[in-house]
Amino acid sequence: MTDPAWTPLRAFTAARIGLGRSGASLGTAPLLEFRLAHARARDAVHHDLGAVPALEALGLPVVTVRSRAADRRTFLLRPDLGRALDDDAGPALAPHAGAHGLAVVVADGLSALAVERHAAPVLAALLPALRAGGWALAPLVVARQARVALGDAVARTLGAAAALVLIGERPGLSAPDSLGAYLTWAPAAGTTDADRNCVSNIRPDGLGYQEAAWKLAFLLDRMRAMGGSGVQLKDESDRAAALPDSVRQL
Amino acid sequence: MFRATVGGERHCFPSLAVLMAEATPLRSGDQLAGLAADSQARRVAAQWALADLPLTEFLTTAVVPYEADEVTRLIQDTHDAAAFAPVRHLTVGGFREWLLSDAATTEALAALAPGLIPEMVAATSKLCRLQDLMVAASRAQVVTRFRGTIGLPGRLSTRLQPNHPADDPRGIAASVLDGLLLGSGDACIGVNPATDSPERTHALLSLLDEVRQTLAIPTQTCVLAHVTTTMELMRRGSPVDLVFQSIAGTEAANAGFGITLSLLDEAHAAITERHPGLHAMYFETGQGSALSSGAHHGVDQQTLEARAYAVARCYRPLLVNTVVGFIGPEYLFDGKQITRAGLEDHFCGKLLGLPMGADVCYTNHAEADQDDADALLALLAAAGINFVMGVPGADDIMLGYQSTSFHDALAMRELLGRRPAPEFEAWLGEQGLLDQAGRVRPPGGPARLSQRFQSLLAAA
Repeated sequence: MTDPAWTPLRAFTAARIGLGRSGASLGTAPLLEFRLAHARARDAVHHDLGAVPALEALGLPVVTVRSRAADRRTFLLRPDLGRALDDDAGPALAPHAGAHGLAVVVADGLSALAVERHAAPVLAALLPALRAGGWALAPLVVARQARVALGDAVARTLGAAAALVLIGERPGLSAPDSLGAYLTWAPAAGTTDADRNCVSNIRPDGLGYQEAAWKLAFLLDRMRAMGGSGVQLKDESDRAAALPDSVRQL
Repeated sequence: MFRATVGGERHCFPSLAVLMAEATPLRSGDQLAGLAADSQARRVAAQWALADLPLTEFLTTAVVPYEADEVTRLIQDTHDAAAFAPVRHLTVGGFREWLLSDAATTEALAALAPGLIPEMVAATSKLCRLQDLMVAASRAQVVTRFRGTIGLPGRLSTRLQPNHPADDPRGIAASVLDGLLLGSGDACIGVNPATDSPERTHALLSLLDEVRQTLAIPTQTCVLAHVTTTMELMRRGSPVDLVFQSIAGTEAANAGFGITLSLLDEAHAAITERHPGLHAMYFETGQGSALSSGAHHGVDQQTLEARAYAVARCYRPLLVNTVVGFIGPEYLFDGKQITRAGLEDHFCGKLLGLPMGADVCYTNHAEADQDDADALLALLAAAGINFVMGVPGADDIMLGYQSTSFHDALAMRELLGRRPAPEFEAWLGEQGLLDQAGRVRPPGGPARLSQRFQSLLAAA
């Protein structure tokens, strides 16, 4: 049984404090609550990205690609393969190559669930701001068994100046469906994580869709203005005084 | 060139690094690096070849070049030939047998430690079964002291790890309270800050120090910020008990952590001046860190992990913690690989003379669950590990992985007859948290500590 004396302290943290106990061991309810959270996270890791009709409805052409990781097990064991496009991707992307400003890539990463639930709503909030901001958008690319750096290869193949990758984050016990967003200016073969900016924990109970779209529009605008991304680009969206019109609309 | 003829088949291994890598029990990180043996039979052939190698080979052949790497220079230049003398004549296989023999007493192992180098113990561990790793490590005792004494026979300590994703002081204090009531925190109370800024780190150091002083807890506190942050805060007068740093087994991997040996020298000098005569460094390690920063020099991840312990032992640490399953399945794929790695690390660290603890843990993309964590925790506790983690409900809500809980540590103490550090145990008794059998049984809710803690929470 869980002791009510802990209730006020739980307001301060989501940590599993004051758990019901028998002897030194956990009570049955907290035991099974933990197991359920882990089971949900595990299911999310192994969930295959299905069709996402809402992505088709955003008004951009959609191209589907895969990484060189043939299945989930390979994806987990070989991050290098998850960063490389498979042989079919080049011909699929080539007809869409052009002088694009931004390539948006939706990648399953470690939680396809996050992508299925949250990618389309975030983009629905973001795309009008990007269009208003004068971004020339490449076709939307949906990538399976994909790591963040796969977006670099996609952007290069499409001829885009920058990449925005929306990707399922590693599921935690508190949320199996957290979406991350990575921004990279001039992605190249040697691009590292230090060259990117990240907005994480996008989901209704974390960073909401509108707020995430706001941050991303702000960062993309600053990235384009300074011609760079990564550690040099600080996320000052929370206290930005002079916002461009395209961002202020949000 | 190293050769073995096994079952009528001849095998050649072009270098010591290749031989050690191919002799390593299978793990995903060595496969990712392209270093693993390509068949199980070849792996055993490599183990035969390794077993016949004289220990002295490791003193003349470096797996990472001496000229290219300051960790190699440290290992070779600080080797104690006199301490090594009793086992100098042995092969790797012979040394395994010596470790399991009645000659390998606690006293003999303590005297031998400065004579061993990481590559010797790593090679030996590759021949061992889990049982061997446990039996040999259980004979090595490494006792360290700050406010409490850690690593005494029959004791099992814990680091109370009260992390919070926003570093919220009240959230952290609430987790500290839960842990203290469940007898956790005798190794240290240590927070991983969500953001490594000096201001944030100072605030957390002050919070933990206030809690410790107000409740008169005979333990030590730590905020696991980068060593440069902690050094700056020491200069500014923050209440620093322990200097923390993540370390690895090559110069290049340490560069990836933003450290050099001279920086660690400087930090050690500063903390020793502040706490003379005490063990005041806290290091964390974990197999795979060198490969993940592209700094592995073609050496297998377990050998490199043991080399990190050579870095640690220069600085007389209070605590060395192998964070064994944190790195993910591309380095340690499943519970089996994590279990073996945890026992290897404990074995290698203890033989090299280090106060080893372990974060028995896994991520949600690894093939592991609480059953795997239970098994490794029990094996390590049986092998005499100095300390393990205590995380509320085993769920670290900041780092997003599963570790061991306050309850897990209590279960192991009761199952195996282990007790907390003596000073901390006495404090638990004074707080009324022990029953007549000496078991931690808080009398319901945040009862006894709550008055003082409520004022702390209000102040936070």
